[in-house]
Amino acid sequence: MSSASAPALALRGIDKRFGAVHANRAVSFSAAAGSIHGLVGENGAGKSTLMNIVYGYYPPDAGEIEVGGKRVTIRRPSDAIAAGIGMVHQHFMLVENFTVLENIVLGSGGRGGMRAELNRARTELARIGRDYGLEAPLDEPIEELPVGVQQRVEILKALYREARILILDEPTAVLTPREADQLFLLLDRLRAEGKTVILVTHKLREVMAITDQVTVLRQGQVVSTLATRETSPSDLAEKMVGRAVALRVEKKPRSPGPVALSVEGLEVRDRWGVVRLRDASFELRQGEIVAIAGVAGNGQSELLSALAGLCQASAGKIVLQGREVGGGETAAVERRRLGLAYVPEDRLKEAIVGRFAAEDNAVLGRHDGRPCTGRFGFLDRAAIRRGCEQKMADWDVRPAEPERRMGAFSGGNQQKLVLAREIEAGPAVLIIGQPTRGVDIGAIEFIHRRLVELRDAGKAVLVVSVEMDEIMGLADRILVMTGGSIVGQLTRAEATEERIGLLMAGVPAGSPSA
Amino acid sequence: MNAPAKSRTAVESVLLPLLNLAAALLISGLVIKLIGEQPWRAFRLLVTGAFGTGENLGYTLYYATNFIFTGLSVAVAYHAGLFNIGAEGQAYIGGLGSGLVCLAAGHWPFALVLPAAIVAGAFGGAAWAFIPGYLQARRGSHVVITTIMFNFLASALMTYLLVHVLIEPGQQTPQSRAFAPNTWMPSAKGALGSLAGDSPLNLAFVLALLAALGTWVYLWKTRWGFALRVAGENPAAARYAGISPERITIVAMLLSGGLAGCLGLNELMGSQHVVSLDFPAGAGFVGIAVALMGRNRPLGIVLAAVLFGALVQGGSELSFDMPHVTRDLVVVIQGLVILFCGALENLFKRPLALLWRRTP
Repeated sequence: MSSASAPALALRGIDKRFGAVHANRAVSFSAAAGSIHGLVGENGAGKSTLMNIVYGYYPPDAGEIEVGGKRVTIRRPSDAIAAGIGMVHQHFMLVENFTVLENIVLGSGGRGGMRAELNRARTELARIGRDYGLEAPLDEPIEELPVGVQQRVEILKALYREARILILDEPTAVLTPREADQLFLLLDRLRAEGKTVILVTHKLREVMAITDQVTVLRQGQVVSTLATRETSPSDLAEKMVGRAVALRVEKKPRSPGPVALSVEGLEVRDRWGVVRLRDASFELRQGEIVAIAGVAGNGQSELLSALAGLCQASAGKIVLQGREVGGGETAAVERRRLGLAYVPEDRLKEAIVGRFAAEDNAVLGRHDGRPCTGRFGFLDRAAIRRGCEQKMADWDVRPAEPERRMGAFSGGNQQKLVLAREIEAGPAVLIIGQPTRGVDIGAIEFIHRRLVELRDAGKAVLVVSVEMDEIMGLADRILVMTGGSIVGQLTRAEATEERIGLLMAGVPAGSPSA
Repeated sequence: MNAPAKSRTAVESVLLPLLNLAAALLISGLVIKLIGEQPWRAFRLLVTGAFGTGENLGYTLYYATNFIFTGLSVAVAYHAGLFNIGAEGQAYIGGLGSGLVCLAAGHWPFALVLPAAIVAGAFGGAAWAFIPGYLQARRGSHVVITTIMFNFLASALMTYLLVHVLIEPGQQTPQSRAFAPNTWMPSAKGALGSLAGDSPLNLAFVLALLAALGTWVYLWKTRWGFALRVAGENPAAARYAGISPERITIVAMLLSGGLAGCLGLNELMGSQHVVSLDFPAGAGFVGIAVALMGRNRPLGIVLAAVLFGALVQGGSELSFDMPHVTRDLVVVIQGLVILFCGALENLFKRPLALLWRRTP
């Protein structure tokens, strides 16, 4: 690691308010040149705001930014690029049907014609490729490339614009474990070449694995900046949340009961007739948690909505509580009546109505019978209020205001209320997608504990998650999905992250690992 | 809800519209000044024209009755996530239904005529809204486009019927023969005597208020209204909750058309006593503004409908007394009200919020 006298990037007293929300309060930290600096914090801690300020999406209310010891004024992204700052967003900023080369050149100005610019870029990229071992198929359209490669293109784009400081926002969220490892190798090489990397993440494992220094944000403030080797995941978690957190769920062994849900040869096609879920078969038993692992977009969403009765399966059968269930418009209602509860991956889009009061959301989908609806179809407002108050108390939903707009609650509190609604309806089978997406660490612990309690009470739970930690912590049995198929099944005892990672990457379970 | 939140809602739903209205009238005053009339006098004429005497008030409420029906029509569709621009055509066809009942019911007791006319009016409007609703739900044809087209179809159909079929034999005017008096809506004059003057205000106003109450109960107090609003806000969440957004689309359009179809109860049975050409006279479109200004809440719609009724009535008095103020200028004033209360409804929200925070 090279040690320059002035830090590569220094933030001094950055302050930003959005109306009543104080997103950043006097944030100061500095990252040394040739280092990887982690920036961690819960959702809403102000990480994204801070990085968006650094990249010039909006100006800070107060504070200064220094690059290489010199004060810079960043009003727009072009200022940041000129100062040598590059950013790789969580959702890539690439034009899908342009080639890699076109995407890299896009927006970087051009002297001479298009062709001259492209040729210049080609030679330049060859040099960057040699220096960092960072290759990309320059003439392929983006849409043909796997996500990991797309991300590499984003990094190449930043390097092509001579970025010396690279901000990566949750870079591993879309990667398989293997792709993530490759990314870390690349980051390591960038560091060796004297680049500075700011890694924004909530995955403590990654922070521990690759960063030199880490800054913890909580409620817009810096809690502390420390050397990674002097800290531990539990220490970081405690600093992020403000209290001690259990990172592992306590779980006693339990032998599963009879089959609650069985799926045979399930197939789902999208509206263009492309098969999204292929020949899925598995069983889910009472008193067990089965987790489906896989990188997002490999058929899990289709499996979830087919199970919930929200999309029509083109083949296969689903047997719920011993009854084969049908499709059609009434499928969701029928399955709910047979004891199925479903918490979708994207709760804002599917499971709640953001502009309705929390109490209305607390009965959504269960509003048709008692106690919500009394005689002649009239809603029993008092019963709805009481039910919501009780759920909020039991599930620690804050603030406990039934009349508050659902969209005004934090992600974790929304999720708790959705779970309260679905679990307190007393289902035999719970299907849940991304149980803790966008949920704070403190609430994650709570939600995981409740899911394990449900399993201990003899219910069947199916979890779909892209978080490896979550799968390893919750599951009794693990199914791995890739390319729309279930490619392997492991018991918790057999499962290691490496084996799951290989299955995700398409290496069959039987074959020896390379 | 805690006390500050409650008072903030009160400020937002009462003070804010009043401020917007004041701003609209201020700009209107400038326009009147610009054409060389005295704004203050014009304003006084407008207000006394709308509310000055029992008769003027009667006219205002009579116009408001039409706007309540069409405003509710637009609002019900809005809550289901649909923009029904076809209230005009639905009111036209609904009025035909009520009118046919009146034409047929020469010897019926009024107690029988009234429910029959209501059912026929609502049925006509609902039928006219059903086709766009069905096409939206099952074929994805956008309801904005189809309802506009259905306004033209309604207009053409009614012109044909009035010119060729319903026209009173031997007459030149394209309108039906007069309804028998036993089918006339009881007038306010009959009930209140001289208090309502010679205005056409009639029982339909009470029916409109009942419709507003019914709409409120339906949308906010029943499970069907709950389902309708869920589907309107978030169709994916509706499907998740076992509600079919397609079915809601059709039901909401039927209700919306049914409400618009009641316009004939006021306009034909209450006042004209014939089926005439173009009797909705744009009330279907004013209903959009009324719903917008009333924030799609029944109470707000009733108040906004009275405001627009007052603008129509006061405006015609104004153009009568002030030669420079033409009917077109009255439309300008209406437009300004819509602009400030609808399109710019949040103009004063932020300054007001700041003011509110400073004074504890």
